[in-house]
Amino acid sequence: MTDDAPLLDVENLWVRFQTRTGVFDAVRGISFTLGRERLGIVGESGSGKSMTGRAVLRLIRPPGEIEADRLQIHGEDVLTASEKRMRQLRGGRVSMIMQDPKFSLNPVMTVGQQLVEALRAHEPVSRAEARKRALATLDEVAIRDPERVLNLYPHEVSGGMGQRIMIAMMLLPDPEILIADEPTSALDVSVQLQVLDIMDKLVRERGMGLMFISHDLNLVAKFCDRIVIMYAGRIVETCKASELRHARHPYTLGLLNSVPDLEHPRDRLEVLQRDPAWREAPSVSARQ
Amino acid sequence: MSAIDIRNLTVWFGHGADRADAVRDVSFEVADGESFGLVGESGSGKSTILRAIAGLVPTWSGQMTVAGETLGPKRSKSFYRKVQMVFQDPYASLHPRHTVDRVLSEAMQLHGVRDIDTRIGRLLDDVGLGPGFRFRYPHQLSGGQRQRVAIARALACDPAIVLLDEPTSALDVSVQAEILNLLTDLRQEHKLTYVMVSHDLGVVGHLCERIGVMQEGRFVEVLSVEAMRRQQAEAPYTRHLLESSINSIR
Repeated sequence: MTDDAPLLDVENLWVRFQTRTGVFDAVRGISFTLGRERLGIVGESGSGKSMTGRAVLRLIRPPGEIEADRLQIHGEDVLTASEKRMRQLRGGRVSMIMQDPKFSLNPVMTVGQQLVEALRAHEPVSRAEARKRALATLDEVAIRDPERVLNLYPHEVSGGMGQRIMIAMMLLPDPEILIADEPTSALDVSVQLQVLDIMDKLVRERGMGLMFISHDLNLVAKFCDRIVIMYAGRIVETCKASELRHARHPYTLGLLNSVPDLEHPRDRLEVLQRDPAWREAPSVSARQ
Repeated sequence: MSAIDIRNLTVWFGHGADRADAVRDVSFEVADGESFGLVGESGSGKSTILRAIAGLVPTWSGQMTVAGETLGPKRSKSFYRKVQMVFQDPYASLHPRHTVDRVLSEAMQLHGVRDIDTRIGRLLDDVGLGPGFRFRYPHQLSGGQRQRVAIARALACDPAIVLLDEPTSALDVSVQAEILNLLTDLRQEHKLTYVMVSHDLGVVGHLCERIGVMQEGRFVEVLSVEAMRRQQAEAPYTRHLLESSINSIR
């Protein structure tokens, strides 16, 4: 593989669920690539953004089905990989940070045990070595007194700290791609930015690819290079984050205008008028 | 006359050595028809103030006068006719096995409202849900629709004061806009007084005229939204909040 090949290459991805009333398409034929960049995926609930993130790691449970013309992680086909190989990929080359640290940390293991386990699952290192690296990573995510934190249980840490521990755990095996699915929506505004700053810094320093899934367009615009906007399982628009203000699709504009803004007060907020044509319009390709 | 007058309110949980003060010596007033916002991070005690007003926390001291009534340890029935509350999570605040019709009619029966049948129709219209929603169960509604039902329930007995505890934080931005517009309209139509808790300064700035900024159970500062917009916050914590929230690109 040459190094300028995309880390993640997705073409015509579909996620389907068989239901009693027929087939429901959660993701309908989207294409995108992810290089060593920060890609934001934005949409409302039900737009298929989280499903896209999960499909990349083949984390869709039956009756859900994944189908794609191409789904490759660094040139390796995900669709045909064995379950054993997938376990190596998950966490090893591609890590995922979920929304709420309360549910994604194991409540009956100390933070240290979990960090060491995460690393040793992917690398043959001794416990002592793993512990040392866990300490170093905790330090990187700005956790004071990491020695003490290693011996704490998840319920003994705050939400913001829990999410930083998650980030540390996900970064320990040195993955190439980080998928962050609403990493801060369970956190307070004041901690949100701090956690994002840390994540952003680490991703840039290590030259990783970041897939940032969020419903908050403003947040994504601030932390990403490129933005993909999803509606009803399709990509309706893609643009550089710096050019978001020139976005043209009425859905994107609607999302932007519906956010109340302290600086620019309005009497009434704009309400999104949904056009059925958006649903039918073909997906825009976000390949680069 | 002010709708809400709170003096030296302290709320605590636990007792003896375990006692933790969630709200410490807070005083504020909300005028009739005003909309007052409470902001702060989680654990700062903002929701606890609302819950203390609504009578959901028995352990408090200080003086609270709400809608002309000086509050004691128990709330009277007439109090709940004047003061209602909308909760954060519309998925948790509606009974999963009661239809919209039952949710609303129960609230009205409790307050002896007559003419329930026509009122339900009107309430549903008021909150932007058609009559088709009347016999649905919560699981058949989206998050925004549920929050509309919760708002309809709060309005069922024609209250003067509505306490809003993060009414839109569980919703998408596009749905949040709809609910905020609805709250603005209802306030005008019914001459309501709002006290709203939120961690989103944009939301509070949109709906409220004055804002109380809380940290660790105390008021750091009370200022008008105008002053906040002009960045005239004095307390460093308010400034910090402002910095972390102003990131809109439009």
